[in-house]
Amino acid sequence: MKKITALLLLLVVATGVFGGCGKKADLYIYNWGEYMDKDVLKIFEEETGLKVKYDEFDTNETMYPKVATGAVKYDVVCPSDYMIQRMREEDLLAEIDFNNIPNIQYIGEQYLQSSREFDPENKYSVPYCWGTVGILYNKTMVDEPIDSWSVLFDEKYQDNILMQKSVRDAYCVALKYLGYSLNSTNDAELDAATKLLKDQKASGVVQAYVVDEVRDKMIGDSAAIGVIYSGEAIYTKRENPNLEYVVPKEGSNVWIDSWVIPKNAEHKENAEKFINFLCRPDIALKNFEYITYSTPNTEAQKLIEDEDIRNSKVAFPDPEVLERCETFKYLGEEYDAKYNSLWKEVLGE
Amino acid sequence: MVKKIGKNVYLALILIFLYAPIATLVVLSFNASKSRAKWGGFTFEWYAKMFANEDIMSALVNTLVIAFVSALVATVVGTMACIAMNRMKKLPRTILMGITNIPMLNADIVTGISLMLLFIALKFSLGFVSVLFAHITFNLPYVVLSVMPKIRQTNKNTYEAALDLGASHFYAFRKVIFPDIFPGILSGFLMAFTMSLDDFVITHFTKGPGVDTLSTKIYTEVRKGIKPEMYALSTLLFMSVLILLIIVNRRSAGKKDISPETSK
Repeated sequence: MKKITALLLLLVVATGVFGGCGKKADLYIYNWGEYMDKDVLKIFEEETGLKVKYDEFDTNETMYPKVATGAVKYDVVCPSDYMIQRMREEDLLAEIDFNNIPNIQYIGEQYLQSSREFDPENKYSVPYCWGTVGILYNKTMVDEPIDSWSVLFDEKYQDNILMQKSVRDAYCVALKYLGYSLNSTNDAELDAATKLLKDQKASGVVQAYVVDEVRDKMIGDSAAIGVIYSGEAIYTKRENPNLEYVVPKEGSNVWIDSWVIPKNAEHKENAEKFINFLCRPDIALKNFEYITYSTPNTEAQKLIEDEDIRNSKVAFPDPEVLERCETFKYLGEEYDAKYNSLWKEVLGE
Repeated sequence: MVKKIGKNVYLALILIFLYAPIATLVVLSFNASKSRAKWGGFTFEWYAKMFANEDIMSALVNTLVIAFVSALVATVVGTMACIAMNRMKKLPRTILMGITNIPMLNADIVTGISLMLLFIALKFSLGFVSVLFAHITFNLPYVVLSVMPKIRQTNKNTYEAALDLGASHFYAFRKVIFPDIFPGILSGFLMAFTMSLDDFVITHFTKGPGVDTLSTKIYTEVRKGIKPEMYALSTLLFMSVLILLIIVNRRSAGKKDISPETSK
């Protein structure tokens, strides 16, 4: 028993030492999982001599409480558009000093333009990755040109359509098809969209409401049409050449993940150094090759070696496409709840 | 006859439901294609990549160390608590039991967030140690739950007899009570170990930058799709547990076989 007690004490002390000696770093980064080539961090550490601690999250919603409560004082975080708007409104973000980020010149003007929807003066965020929501279809399973959301409601495709299971993505489809804003807070418009989604479900065209299974189902030829993010579309097309991606003519959602600096950051200058580093074309290219989501760095885009990808209309659509797309906005608690309860009605839960 | 077939079909169904998901995972871990829908040929690539991946390996080490240490500490503390509670009067004992049971019934997310807020309030920086403390905390009730009934079954008189015969308190505990409650302690330890191994929510809220366990690592991969290395890792974990179970079962079965023969 004495031996056990001694062993136990030793273990506790050992772990205490282990955990305690976690040296203070010069820069704390909080990013999505699998959202950066780890070599990029090594290069940054070598070039600047700064020590980096890197941490990952899985959704905006799990990131938010950790940053908002100051549980860990991260220096640089990569949330999505609507979350940036919310954090900005709640005064959680620090203004970025763009004198320290000369490489912002490589970020395409159209992406800064889209960013203004959630960061009106481009003061708080620097775009990192972006993409659109659109329709992925199997050329061998449809016999008409597809360019509109209307096919998702066509009874011809019985049991052949995959819808996104998340509330905002589903309403994006319905609202855009009806010609409304995807951030609508007009009750009549929402009711119309809800009716459309309910009818769609009742008509039996929806095979399933999916999250990320859409990739595998489309690759495996088990559905004709699916709603998908452009970043996934490139990968699925590579696995199954019969697949084609289109952003419908009625418009859609464009999402942007951008770097921001929280107000409680302790190493703001290092954070700016890091953001500047990420905007360097060769580094942005390295990250693009790892993540495969579209980069807003126009210089990096020119450096892409694979011609098919460099000129891909999926990864880099024409500016007109972007113009008819909107970003999601945080709608406030009341409408957040309203969307959720309407969506539950649709799903019949 | 029909009844027998029915029985077997029922059993087969249950086994399929239990093991089909694991079998799928094992098969996918050898799939050369990254997609779950396509078979791209047989490969060991993911196993090689997994062992070469520092992130996964450090997450694995963290997970095992945290599970082992937290289960061990919780077992010792929990067992001591049970011994003390056994000597209490009925009312305080019931109240105390109620209190220890609350964390078990509480939703994980509530426990996680309140622990995080507590650490912040105490200015305790989040990291490996905070995760360990959190795990010890939520492991305690499981140990108490499995040790308490065993202690209630022990006979107080044998312990007192040992004292009368000159044993010290500690010696009497070791030789008289401990062997009786050992099965409870062991199952408490194993339960705490599995609970800690499984936990995502509480770990997520109490961990600091750079500390990852397998569950938090896997969750962060959800958006971009779980990488096949994780299938490989899960397969290896499943296999090691399976082999461990087979060895344990064979040994205990072996003992039973021997005993009637020796009595002959």
